[in-house]
Formats: sequence, C-alpha cells, structure tokens
Amino acid sequence: MDSISTGLMEAFRLILTLDSDLVEIVLLSLQVTVTAVAIASLIGLPLGAWLVVNRFRFRRLTISVLNALMGLPPVVVGLFVYLMLSRSGPFGVLGLLFTPTAMIIAQVIIVMPLIASISHQTIRDLWAEYHDLLISLNASHAQRIKVLLWDGRRALITAVLAGFGRAIGEVGAIMIVGGNIDHATRVLTTSIALETSKGNFAFAMGLGIILITVAIAVNLAIHTISKTERASTW
Amino acid sequence: MVGGTTILPLELSGVIARVRGKQLLGPIDLTIGATGLTVVMGPNGAGKTTLLRVMHGLRRISGGTVNWAVEDGAARRKQAFVFQSPIMMRRRVIDSIAFPLILHGMDRKSAKIRAEDWAIRVGLGHVLQDWAPMISGGEKQKLAVARALISAPEILFLDEPCANLDGRSTREIEAVLKQAEHAGTRIVMATHNLGQARRLASDVIFVHGGKILEITPADRFFNEAKTPQAKAFVQGDIVE
Amino acid sequence: MKLPFNFWHATVAALFIATSAQAAEIKVAVTTSFYNSGLSDLLLPVIKDDLDLDVQLIVVGTGQALRLGKAGDVDAILVHSRKAEDTFLAGGFGTHRRKIMYNDFVFIGPVSDPAVLAKASSASDAMQRIKATASSFASRGDDSGTYKKELSLWVAAGVAADDLSTNWYHAAGAGMGATLNVASGMNAYVLSDRASWLNFGNKGDLELLYAGDPTLFNQYAYIPVNPELHPHVKTDLALALETWLVGPKAEELIANYRINGELLFTFNAVRN
Repeated sequence: MDSISTGLMEAFRLILTLDSDLVEIVLLSLQVTVTAVAIASLIGLPLGAWLVVNRFRFRRLTISVLNALMGLPPVVVGLFVYLMLSRSGPFGVLGLLFTPTAMIIAQVIIVMPLIASISHQTIRDLWAEYHDLLISLNASHAQRIKVLLWDGRRALITAVLAGFGRAIGEVGAIMIVGGNIDHATRVLTTSIALETSKGNFAFAMGLGIILITVAIAVNLAIHTISKTERASTW
Repeated sequence: MVGGTTILPLELSGVIARVRGKQLLGPIDLTIGATGLTVVMGPNGAGKTTLLRVMHGLRRISGGTVNWAVEDGAARRKQAFVFQSPIMMRRRVIDSIAFPLILHGMDRKSAKIRAEDWAIRVGLGHVLQDWAPMISGGEKQKLAVARALISAPEILFLDEPCANLDGRSTREIEAVLKQAEHAGTRIVMATHNLGQARRLASDVIFVHGGKILEITPADRFFNEAKTPQAKAFVQGDIVE
Repeated sequence: MKLPFNFWHATVAALFIATSAQAAEIKVAVTTSFYNSGLSDLLLPVIKDDLDLDVQLIVVGTGQALRLGKAGDVDAILVHSRKAEDTFLAGGFGTHRRKIMYNDFVFIGPVSDPAVLAKASSASDAMQRIKATASSFASRGDDSGTYKKELSLWVAAGVAADDLSTNWYHAAGAGMGATLNVASGMNAYVLSDRASWLNFGNKGDLELLYAGDPTLFNQYAYIPVNPELHPHVKTDLALALETWLVGPKAEELIANYRINGELLFTFNAVRN
C-alpha cells in the first residue's frame, strides 16, 4: 500500500522537475496515440456512417464483425502487426518494425473498430431523425454521410475519445511492435510495464498517475472546446 | 415554370402499396395536373400519408406505375415535401433553410442571402441565428415550409402541416402556401381539417380505406359529395 | 476536433526535428537480465560519445532475441544460453559468437529459509533441498536463458520434470522482474541472475541464500546477424559495436560496475 502514496509523491516529483526523459515519453505517447486516433477516426467515422446509410447484403455481418473486433486482444493485434512488419514478413522491406510508425499501425487496428462501432450507433439514431428529409431532398449517399457526420459531430467526439482512451492505455501491442526502446519507442504504458517488472512499484505508480492525468487533460480539453462552441450556437 | 419543361402531369395507374403482405393503399389511378391546390382528405388511417409518399417517391410501391412527364431523376429535383412533424436539423435556422440550396451546389454566401429572404417571408426573421431544434412548434413548421419552397419546386407535398399548430401559425402558413400557389407552385396537401380544406382547396381527393372514393373540384365536394362516406365526413360525422 | 490536429502537427514537428539530428542507429536484442542489471545505462551514453552510434535495445528473453535475429529484425543479439546460441550459429543466422563477460545465477528465497539453502553445498544440493521440502519455487517458465539454465540444474540434481509438482512449483511464464515479483508475493524460492536481483526494487522478505557454484556462471555472448540472409542488417555498425564491447574502455566500465558495493560482471572477452 505504501507504493501508492510514494507513487503519488513520485508523480509530483516527476512533474515538478519536468524530467526530460518523462517529457519525451509523454510526448511520444501523445504523438503515437493522437496520430493513431486521427487515422482511425478518418476511417472509422465515415465507415460508421456509411454502414448506416447503405443497405447491402453483408451489412449485418459487417456490423457484427466490427462489434466483435472491439474486443480484439491487443496482444493478438501486436503479434499480427509484428508478423506483417518483420523483416521475414510481407512488409519487412519497409523496415518499420520497432518504430513509432509500427505502434501507430497497431493502434489504428485496435481503435478503428471501436470508433466505427460507436459512431455507427450514434449516426443510426441521427439517421432515423434525418432519413425522410435527406431522402426527400434527393441527397446522394456521400452527401448523407457528410451531413450526418457534421450534424452529429458533438456526439461523435465521444467515439473519438473512447478510441483515445483505449489507445493511450494500451500496452500489449505496442510493446511487441515498438520494442520499448529507450529514446525511440518508449511510451508511458511500456515504461510502466518495464518499471513494474523491475519491482520499482512507486516509480511505475507515478507514471500511471501521470498517464491518467494526461488522459483526463485531453478529455477535458476536447470537452471544453466543444462546449465553448455549443454555448455560442445553442 | 423556369426552363419550359415541366415534370407534370404526374400519373399513377394501378398503384398498390403493401406492408408485410397487408395492403395499405390501392389500386390507385390518379392524375395530378399542372395547376391548383389539391387537398387529400379522409379519416385517420385512410392512407393519406401513404398516398403522398407514394406520389413523391419516398415510398416504394408494390405494384402499378408512378410516372412524371420527365424521367424520375429530373423530377426528383423539382419536388419538395413537408412532413407532419417537421424534421429539424441540428443547425441554426438560417443554415437549415439554406441547406437544400447548398446541398444542390449553390455557394454558401448566395444560399444564405436567399435563406434570409425566405425566413423573413415566412416570419422567422427574428430567430435567424437560433438553433433550429430550440424554436417553437409553429416556427419549426414555418421553417420546414421555407426550406421546401426555397429551391423553387414545381410541386410541393405537405402532410398535415398544421396539425398541432395554433390559429395564428396556421394562418401564417396558409398565407405562404397561397402565395406559392399564385406563383405557380403545384400543391398537394393532406389534411383532415375541414376548415383548412375549404379555405385552400381548388380540388379534393377523398381517400377511405386505402382507396380514392372521389376526385372533385372543391366546391362540388363540400356541397354535393357523391359517396355516403364523403358526405358523412363533410358533415363532421365520424367515419370509420 | 480541430485542436488535436494542430497540436499533433506541433508535436510531430518537434519530434521530427529532434530525431533528424540523431546519429546512426543499430538495433540489438538483449536479454532482460542484461538490461535489468543497469549496465546498459552506463555503457550506451559512452558508446554514443565514442562511436556516434545510437544503440537501440530490444529487451526480450533469449528465445525471442534469437527469433528476432533469425527474422533479421535486429542487427545483433546479446544473449546467454550456449546451446541455443550454437543452434543459432549452426543454422547460419549469425556470423560468429563473441564472448563478452559473465555474471552468475543466484538462489533467492524467503528469509525464513524452510529448505535451508544457506547450508547448501552445491547448486544441485540446493535444488534437491527445495524439492525435498516441497518449498514454493517460482520459475521463469518462458523461453529465456535463465529458464534453460534452471531446467539444466534440475536435470543435474536428478529431479525429473514430472517431479515438479504444481503444488509448490510455479511457472510464471514471464520475465525475470515479473518472476521476482511473483516470488516476492508468494515468499517463494527463485533462481535469478545476480544483476536483476541486485537491481530489483520489491525485495520484500526475500534474500540471497546461495551462490558460488561454478555451474551457475552465466556467459554473455554477442552475435551479429548474418548479412547474407538479411542484406539490410548494418553489419559494419554491428562489428564496430563488437570492437568497442571487447575494447579496454568497455572492460574498465564493466569491471568496475557495482551495485551496493557488489561486482556484477566479469569481463572475459578475448581481444584479437
């Protein structure tokens, strides 16, 4: 139990001294996760909307698969991406293994189904509301998707933030494909795993507290921005 | 109208609409000519809404044909629909009215100028910058009418646009519809409000049990309806 | 939704500028025991100064390190499992094996010492004492050099694999640190390399009970990955690193590396 209180102290010490290694780790965590979530959103949000406005033969199956993929174990994704990017794998020539890019690829795969699935549910409700109007105005499929994404943007922030939450706290996949290399691919979660394995519980706990703080700060920032916007328009 | 080619007349022949094997409408044979304000009347559940949606093309038909004077795609762009409970987009009033124009390729600035003009015309000048879902019920229906008329449709379908509205809002909407009719817009409107039908209709389609019982000029319908159901309806009796 | 993008640009730009100024890089797969010793923290900055070379360590078990080498995902490996190394070389996956240094394995256990390991006469005797008293024992249970060492010690002690009852034998299936955490939590005996043990922060009621048998020596060897199989590997850099590792500066640093006053490694590389 002592590790928890010393962990808090450790977290404060790290933040107050602005430890340069810590800053590097936090920035890399944010770079990897924000990039991955941005890419996953660019795919997942339109995909979620596309699944709402299109009726095709395997639609139900696609949605079920997407929902199932939300529960994909990150370690399996990590292993899959590792096998793809390994020098002996199909994309080995790109030399991406043990780089932040590999970590981003793994996180996109982990987070995209989550974002697509949540946005699908959100958009479905909005589509029920807008359906008659958009059909009567003869909007094309692309226009329908665009309108639904734009008018549903506030609710869709939840989907993006859920993706961010899953990505920033993920360790299994990025450990495998990133390698947790000091000053290259070491992020908050892999540092925590490393320090735990070294028995440095207080330090690991301190990093954990910083991870949570970063996650909360990002959530608050995004909510503040969207609320400010609402206050002026509502 | 503009350009000379007109999408009217609209011809329905042998149209049938079913839901899970149950027949809601038809068979319907009907022609909607180039001018006038047609009111579709009938008791609740008679099939008024279904008929309007079938005419517009919002609803797929199970049998028969619906033909415009031009091909369907071209006709689609020249018709508009106002629903019984207005659909409010999560946008400001002015952006909601401008939406159809922007959707069909007009630049944002010109669209907004036209939208402001229409907002003022229907009496929404004081709520231009308000959030559309937050305005009153009457204002919402005016917004829906303005949004339908802004792209200058050749034909406008309205499904009970004044149900649930107070007298003042009803009067304002009726005035706008009359103006549109004078400007040459063909109007087909469902209502079971007899007073509104008397004030607006040039002719009446009386629907009962999914079938058209009468298609007549309005004055004849109100004074000498042929079928017993229509007669009872005009007298204000309950028609089942 | 807009802020993260701007923010991302700023972050990426900052990191890009930071990384673009960096030196040549080489990827080396090393065992957890080597990394956990803390020796790499001492050596890497000096290597960077001397060779202008960023050594990126992928810290894994010996088995995975060898697999990364086989796949060509790293440029060289630093491991400690002779048999596995020989198989690796026989398969043509490495160019050659170079001894660097050794440390030793130690027996860790609860202060109460129910199996009386403190009085053990040899590594085999220690193993037999644990077996005889059925005292809790935490094993790596992974594909690491330490685990292979442990298995060979059981064999040498005449304990068959079937005798390792799950009542007292717990295979953690994890790295050295995680296994030490398990031992600490269960007050179990555990075989660890000395460096990992000295650097371990969660000792709890555990202490070092037996060490010193020559069979417990743990030789670290450096193997560059074969460029004939993987043309992209940076053989030049791998050889430069090897030359440095067997050089006088490395010898001095390794020979003087202590934790709590204890020497950790014995440098035994042979210079050409």
